[in-house]
Amino acid sequence: MNTSVRNTGRLLTAALRALLVLTVVCGILYPLTVTGAAQLLFPGRANGSEVKTDDGKVVGSSLIGQSYLLPKKDPDDPDEVAEPDLRWFQPRPSNGLGTNSVNTQYSLILSGATNRSGDNEDLIQWVKDAKEAVVRDNSVPGHKVRPADVPADAVTSSGSGLDPHISPEYAKLQIHRVAERHNLGVERVEKLVADHTDDRILGFIGEPRVNVLQLNIALKKLTGV
Amino acid sequence: MSPVLAGVLQLLALMAALGLVYRPLGDYMARVYSSDRHWRVEKWIYKAVGANPDTGMRWPAYLRGVLAFSAIGVLFLYLLQRAQGSLPGSLGFQSIDPDQAFNTAASFVANTNWQSYYGEQAMGHVVQTGGLAVQNFVSAAVGISVAVALVRGFARSRTGELGNFWADLVRGTVRILIPISVIAAVLLVACGAIQNFAGIHGVGQFSGGVQEWNGGAVASQEAIKELGTNGGGYFNANSAHPFENPNGLSNLLEVFLILVIPFSLTRTFGRMVGSVRQGYAILTAMVTIWVGFTALMMWTEFAHPGPAFQSAGGAMEGKETRFGIAGSAIFAVATTLTSTGAVNSFHSSYTGFGGGITMLGMQLGEIAPGGVGSGLYGMLVMAVIAVFIAGLMVGRTPEYLGKKIGTREIKFAALYILVTPALVLCFTAAAMALPTPGDSMTNSGAHGFSEILYAYTSGANNNGSAFAGLNADTQWFNTTIGLAMLLGRFLPMVFVLALAGSLAEQNPVPETSGTLRTEKPLFSGLLVGTILIITGLTYFPALALGPLAEGLAS
Repeated sequence: MNTSVRNTGRLLTAALRALLVLTVVCGILYPLTVTGAAQLLFPGRANGSEVKTDDGKVVGSSLIGQSYLLPKKDPDDPDEVAEPDLRWFQPRPSNGLGTNSVNTQYSLILSGATNRSGDNEDLIQWVKDAKEAVVRDNSVPGHKVRPADVPADAVTSSGSGLDPHISPEYAKLQIHRVAERHNLGVERVEKLVADHTDDRILGFIGEPRVNVLQLNIALKKLTGV
Repeated sequence: MSPVLAGVLQLLALMAALGLVYRPLGDYMARVYSSDRHWRVEKWIYKAVGANPDTGMRWPAYLRGVLAFSAIGVLFLYLLQRAQGSLPGSLGFQSIDPDQAFNTAASFVANTNWQSYYGEQAMGHVVQTGGLAVQNFVSAAVGISVAVALVRGFARSRTGELGNFWADLVRGTVRILIPISVIAAVLLVACGAIQNFAGIHGVGQFSGGVQEWNGGAVASQEAIKELGTNGGGYFNANSAHPFENPNGLSNLLEVFLILVIPFSLTRTFGRMVGSVRQGYAILTAMVTIWVGFTALMMWTEFAHPGPAFQSAGGAMEGKETRFGIAGSAIFAVATTLTSTGAVNSFHSSYTGFGGGITMLGMQLGEIAPGGVGSGLYGMLVMAVIAVFIAGLMVGRTPEYLGKKIGTREIKFAALYILVTPALVLCFTAAAMALPTPGDSMTNSGAHGFSEILYAYTSGANNNGSAFAGLNADTQWFNTTIGLAMLLGRFLPMVFVLALAGSLAEQNPVPETSGTLRTEKPLFSGLLVGTILIITGLTYFPALALGPLAEGLAS
């Protein structure tokens, strides 16, 4: 009995020592090595791919989606839903984003999806509402958007809620509206969208996409708003 | 190019890349676990541990090593989370509640990485990097060790010794997991994944105001999270978060990392038992299932049945624009056919059949190609069952790799395949029968049931992905899923090591004309059939109530 207790004790001590040594190797040396290499080779990307405007102001990350909303009419009303600022290209919906409830000294965004199934009543309603809004907002005199023209990404929330991209189809759909709001020619906005459309990597990896933040920065530069 | 064609090309590119490294990596791993030489850094580690790496261990000693190391791991990670609030470098994050800390500790030690917490708001640098990421390495190394011990059981005769656990653990970490992770992490940063030790800081926005971000050692954790088939995300959105998985290329790289060790281990197995063709037969069965599942997933997701998807014009809910349908489908199948559970799109918002495919992938036992190590030993147990069934059909004593599959061996194999289904189905039934667990569901009807079935399937099979509408941060789910993860990881390991010990003691049986040729395609087919029939018989009723009901209704 005593020997078996002693053996177990010895075994657990060895296990603890192994864990501590491997914690030093995998939990300290490894991340420090990678951080060193990353900061040396790709400092901009390692620190979040921040995007600056020409005057040097940081306006976000090219990887993190933002919202482009009008100020609320009553900033103190938590129930009021802010309206989209239709001068700018609009991103995908993000109904799955959460708000920080634990470490509340920060106002962190919690990435996330809606996790609603295809037969979920909420999701069916969200898609219907989003589609109506996209049709309404993007129909301008002389250019009517049909519900069938609205691509799927325009009416569904992404997995992270932070999708920085929209499909080229959704960007094109917004061209007439944006041109009208800025008194620009449709062709100029069309060219802007075309210039900011990224094709698949090497022609087949990923999907064609438009980075909304970079498109809006370019639009702002063009219009000088 | 159509999205479907692009998806097929991505899948082919992935297969080409995996094929390219299959031989060199598989042979290298065989050498790692067969070599008599120790690296200098390993000698230092053995000295610090106080273990002699050259002592041969019989199966009970090997098992005691696995269990002691894992028990200490659970305890250490539990205490680290409980003390988080008082540790330096925690960025103001508080200590984790006992039930959630237990669940998370069990989850990361069991190579599951089920997460009932939100990464962004719960875990600081110390716990993420010094606790969770460490288990990402060592739990993976433990998995490979047990698989190698089983392979040695087949390869060795008239001994009971299966190798030395400490040597296997350290070699797997130092010689395999760390070098590949360093390269992969730097590649991920090159794609845009972040890697810094910045605290939470504000960043300006286009329309004014500030957004607050966590910094962190994300790329380094992402690399081992995929390579070690762990799956625990730094952020709540996991690999859908642009800082974890920035573009289509990083997406393919991550799928590659998930699959590379499990597939290549079949070569290691072939090398160690002295016939690489035996490894090819196992590989063929794995690839058949993997490609079949990916094709089915692409088909249902591109077809997008379901009222909301029909109305939207595509199943893009929960999927990122940069990956699209194909890049998401490839990832979802790879993550659920292995024990990874990382997600780049949210499985709960897949079509009914798509969600069913992710669940069935896990229910196969995660063997095509499965988790690092656990995939190989799971598949070899299935091979033992397949050989046994073939033996019954022709009335011969079954043999596999020159070892008799007798009463003792088949008992261990049968116990192995009973553990996880028993855990999944009993816990699911209990959760459905009790009054309160159902309150955690987000969706109703068949999909609500699927949320719970998915949770226990994922936990007991050590996957870690979720139909994440389920609010799993309750005492019931934290405790029961925590137990399912521990029992689903370590009970099968007991049976695997017992089986290995029993095989290693045998005299080899000479091959005769009546021996079943287990290196032939016929055997690969038999193996796939056995897997599908056993899993189908076990889970069909439960699947019929959940994803099949949802899929057929849409």
